[in-house]
Amino acid sequence: MSKEHEHGMTVIVKTVTRLTVGLIFLYGIYIILHGHLTPGGGFAGGVIIALSFMNLDLAFGGSVSAKVFSKGSTGVVEALGAVMFLALALIGLRYGGFFDNFLHPDGDPGQLVSAGIIPLENIAISLKVGAGLFGIFLTLIVLQKFESEKK
Amino acid sequence: MIELYVLLGLMIAGAIIAIEVKNLLSAVVAVGIVGLGLSVIFLLLKAPDVAITQIVVEIAAVILLIRATLHREIALKSCGSRPFGALMGIIFLGLAVIAAFATFSSGLSPFGEPLMTVSSFYPMNAISGTGATNVVTSVILDYRAYDTLGEATVLFTAVIGVLTVMRSVGKKKEEDLQENNE
Repeated sequence: MSKEHEHGMTVIVKTVTRLTVGLIFLYGIYIILHGHLTPGGGFAGGVIIALSFMNLDLAFGGSVSAKVFSKGSTGVVEALGAVMFLALALIGLRYGGFFDNFLHPDGDPGQLVSAGIIPLENIAISLKVGAGLFGIFLTLIVLQKFESEKK
Repeated sequence: MIELYVLLGLMIAGAIIAIEVKNLLSAVVAVGIVGLGLSVIFLLLKAPDVAITQIVVEIAAVILLIRATLHREIALKSCGSRPFGALMGIIFLGLAVIAAFATFSSGLSPFGEPLMTVSSFYPMNAISGTGATNVVTSVILDYRAYDTLGEATVLFTAVIGVLTVMRSVGKKKEEDLQENNE
């Protein structure tokens, strides 16, 4: 079991993953950026991006996804997302209140660049949720390997 | 509405199977059925935002549960009957039924016409007020952004807690601990 996990799953799974994982990642980005126009948003898109990294991790084994997105960087990205969300809220203080939509007059409703700070807040939440979920996933898997080595 | 009841029946069956089945992997699959049914119900009730979030989080949870249960031998021990717990369950269920009858005996307002008038303010004013055509996003990130900040804080705390409790740096192995004790 351990050898199988070192090198990922079978060649069928690896080939299909190679074809689809980029599309999953792009779909997550689409869900985030169109969060203020169509159903979806930062939370769902962030989880989809985390799922694409989980897909990499499960199909190719831990070493491949660690090159792309290591466990240490998940904490950094998550903290960056949280700080970005809070910073957007605090900048609003200067314009009238906490979470004031200070960019609102820019853009027409229905355009990609519209709705003020709502797309920026979506991006911040997606960073937070995606990195946080993937960090939890990596942590649980590392713990499991640690336990199986102990036995 | 018949498809709603079919899905609800499927979800209840999946939940019962998840509790009763002995194999842990089968239980995880049954839990996945419950989540999938809930997602389709949200879609039928015209809440695509919630449906997307539900299906995506369900997939992540099922992956984590499968990873956690697949290669682990957990000895299942059937616990004996708990008369006190069953009694409390029956009492609270009865109280809930009585309270529901007392509350809803005058009749519920039909679906789509809530008692609270604040919910009609958002669809009317969201586009002109915030510029976002997705009303759900305009509510959670503009009108009620403060609640979203609280939700984000909850998630942040959960992630920090998991990363702290299960960290590998600074954790001593058991052999080292035993040597130290000796």
